[in-house]
Amino acid sequence: MTISLFLFYILAFVATAAAVMVVAARNPVHSVLFLILAFFNAAGLFVLIGAEFLAMVLVVVYVGAVAVLFMFVVMMLDISSVRMRGGALQYLPIGLLVGIILLVELVLVGGTWTLAGSEIASPSPPLDSGVTNTEALGRLLYTDYFYAFQAAGVILLVAIIGAITLTLRERGAIRRQDISMQVHRSRAEAVQLRKVKPRAGI
Amino acid sequence: MAEIWSGTLWPVLVIVFYILLIAVPLMLAMAYLTYAERKIIGGMQLRQGPMTVGPYGLLQPLADGAKLFFKETVIPTGSNKIVFVLAPMVTFVLALIGWAVIPFGYGLVLADINVGVLYLFAISSLGVYGIIMAGWASNSRYAFLGALRSSAQMVSYEIAIGLIIINVLITAGSLNLSEIVLAQSGLWYAIPHFPMFMIFIVSILAETNRHPFDLPEDEATLVTGYNVEYSSMTFALFFLGEYMNMILMSAIAVILFLGGWLPPFAIFPFTLIPGPIWFILKICLVLFVFIWARATLPRYRYDQLMRLGWKVFLPLSLAWVVLTSGFLVYFDMLPR
Repeated sequence: MTISLFLFYILAFVATAAAVMVVAARNPVHSVLFLILAFFNAAGLFVLIGAEFLAMVLVVVYVGAVAVLFMFVVMMLDISSVRMRGGALQYLPIGLLVGIILLVELVLVGGTWTLAGSEIASPSPPLDSGVTNTEALGRLLYTDYFYAFQAAGVILLVAIIGAITLTLRERGAIRRQDISMQVHRSRAEAVQLRKVKPRAGI
Repeated sequence: MAEIWSGTLWPVLVIVFYILLIAVPLMLAMAYLTYAERKIIGGMQLRQGPMTVGPYGLLQPLADGAKLFFKETVIPTGSNKIVFVLAPMVTFVLALIGWAVIPFGYGLVLADINVGVLYLFAISSLGVYGIIMAGWASNSRYAFLGALRSSAQMVSYEIAIGLIIINVLITAGSLNLSEIVLAQSGLWYAIPHFPMFMIFIVSILAETNRHPFDLPEDEATLVTGYNVEYSSMTFALFFLGEYMNMILMSAIAVILFLGGWLPPFAIFPFTLIPGPIWFILKICLVLFVFIWARATLPRYRYDQLMRLGWKVFLPLSLAWVVLTSGFLVYFDMLPR
């Protein structure tokens, strides 16, 4: 058994176990932590098949940003895990339905993969062997799929603006710090020297 | 059997040896960084700093370590024990594994991977987990507030750091750290990218929660923030992690902007000194700036910190990306 095979089994096992624990953990914060562990192992699997760029992007985007937000939200909410458990049976039928559909789809994909042979089994275009996969990905995205890539960017931009608009509200009496105004105050308008008589005040 | 030995076990043992070769001097450097910090700040404030333990107080870090080691580890009753113990370990491990891709000299690197910069960026973006886990698991208001402040701060400054790294990547044309250093053999990037270098230095102060951005451990308002419930070795791991992160971030700054192991000029007296020594000297220079900032600057207010990150650094570094790529494309200087 080679090291990479051994690593594959470890990573795959931990990823699956962590994914199960995301659903099974009683404490929602623990669920998020297990989710992070699952992301991590998925990144490890990417490294094993030689897609190191995807692995790093997975860690930066999902673990470094998305999961931090999850963590924030889950920590802030005061979720009582006992109350949450109560409704589990109620949602069982729909959960089972979704699960069965997913299973059937996966079996279909796997079935066509093995039946159709080499055409579908390697759907990716051939790469130059001398090119790093970051460069290969960049070439593909910025030449062949340029418009799709730009469209995805625009959609994300719209989503950002939408999110900001949703949370933006006018607040009336709020005093903001205007730094340039503070800096440009002169001594004449900021300081006054007065002679104050005793017991008279200003 | 011999095949397993030569094919699997022996390479693993060699790698473990290399890891120790990096990690052990690093621990030592970390210990003496705390000493250097106390001495330098002492000098800046007209004090002597530690003088009692050993000649010139040189054994002070060892005494501190022994003290922390023999103290009792207190785990609060209301805390979430597993996460509570896990948090300092996460911080410490993340501070260590970044060093796997740092090139100390030409070819002197443990893992020469093609996405070295992204790896470092990923590792530094994970640093927030140690703090957020500590804050939540302590089950204490101060710790939790510290953790929230810290995560918001680190996430904000990471964006500026990411954009600054993009500038360097466009200019160097590679994600490999060794190649980035070699691309600077004519001119260090600190010169053409001088504004970015400045912003990067300020951002790594914020990213490592150091003065003047040490709001997560603001003594005056939060006792000491996220690590208030920690004691003994669990605290020591946080402390070690923070200083290790400082060294790591300085090393990244040196690699991206100060030409890594390259001498300042490739002429006779400078080329006598080997690359790793130059690398260490440059790291010490950046670390001095870290300590200097601590001795000089007052702490930022939280809204000022957020304003600086989002309204000043983010637009500035984004504009610089446009400027750099425009310049390189117009003068046809893009690296091939």
